[in-house]
Amino acid sequence: MSGPVTIRIQEDDFDVAREIAGLTKGRTDIGAVVTFSGICRGDEDSARISALTLEHYPDMAEEEIKRHVDEATSRWPLSGVTIIHRVGRFMPGQNIVLVLTASQHRQAAFEAAEFLMDYLKTNAPFWKKEESATGAGWVEAQARDDEAAARWTRS
Amino acid sequence: MKLKYFAWVRERIGKAEETIEPPATVRTVEELIAWLSGRSEAYAYAFEKPKVIRAAIDHAHVRPDAAIAGAREIAFFPPMTGG
Repeated sequence: MSGPVTIRIQEDDFDVAREIAGLTKGRTDIGAVVTFSGICRGDEDSARISALTLEHYPDMAEEEIKRHVDEATSRWPLSGVTIIHRVGRFMPGQNIVLVLTASQHRQAAFEAAEFLMDYLKTNAPFWKKEESATGAGWVEAQARDDEAAARWTRS
Repeated sequence: MKLKYFAWVRERIGKAEETIEPPATVRTVEELIAWLSGRSEAYAYAFEKPKVIRAAIDHAHVRPDAAIAGAREIAFFPPMTGG
């Protein structure tokens, strides 16, 4: 891939516009940037969530995301990738994750962003704990997320 | 070898990491889970559904039949829910 790869795991918030500018600054070969922002929802299955805590496995999380990015860049002609995953405690409405994919044309950027998010959800070592009026509990993995990731498996 | 635990596996065992030397008869990840489960009720509770537990050796996902020989760090955790 001819472009920068940025992977950050941090407690601090991110600025989407600044991240896009950082990826495209001084470049004239990029024709498309796809942005995915994951945001803390205020309800889950009609139950209100007061806060969400993200735990992670620091060393492995970075290595695993790097493996996903390597896979994405081998499958699509990308000009740059930025992935930021926050950890800590979040209130509804706050940012959790950012995926930026840049390419000459939109299709590669769209597909790579979707691939990266599907794999992040099922393979990157992060865990969510929800707090609600009835207490706190770990979020269970969803079969639909496994199915979303499985559609990218090459036979 | 160093063992690390995350999310509810960590909470049930009551610690985030420890160093252990399992007997030589424990050769795979699933055998390690079975051996750990015999150590106390807390481990038995954490590993009560071994099929649900995910494992990584030296920061890479592995299957239950993966050999543990030479591993520096083995982690056990529930299915991931990030993103």
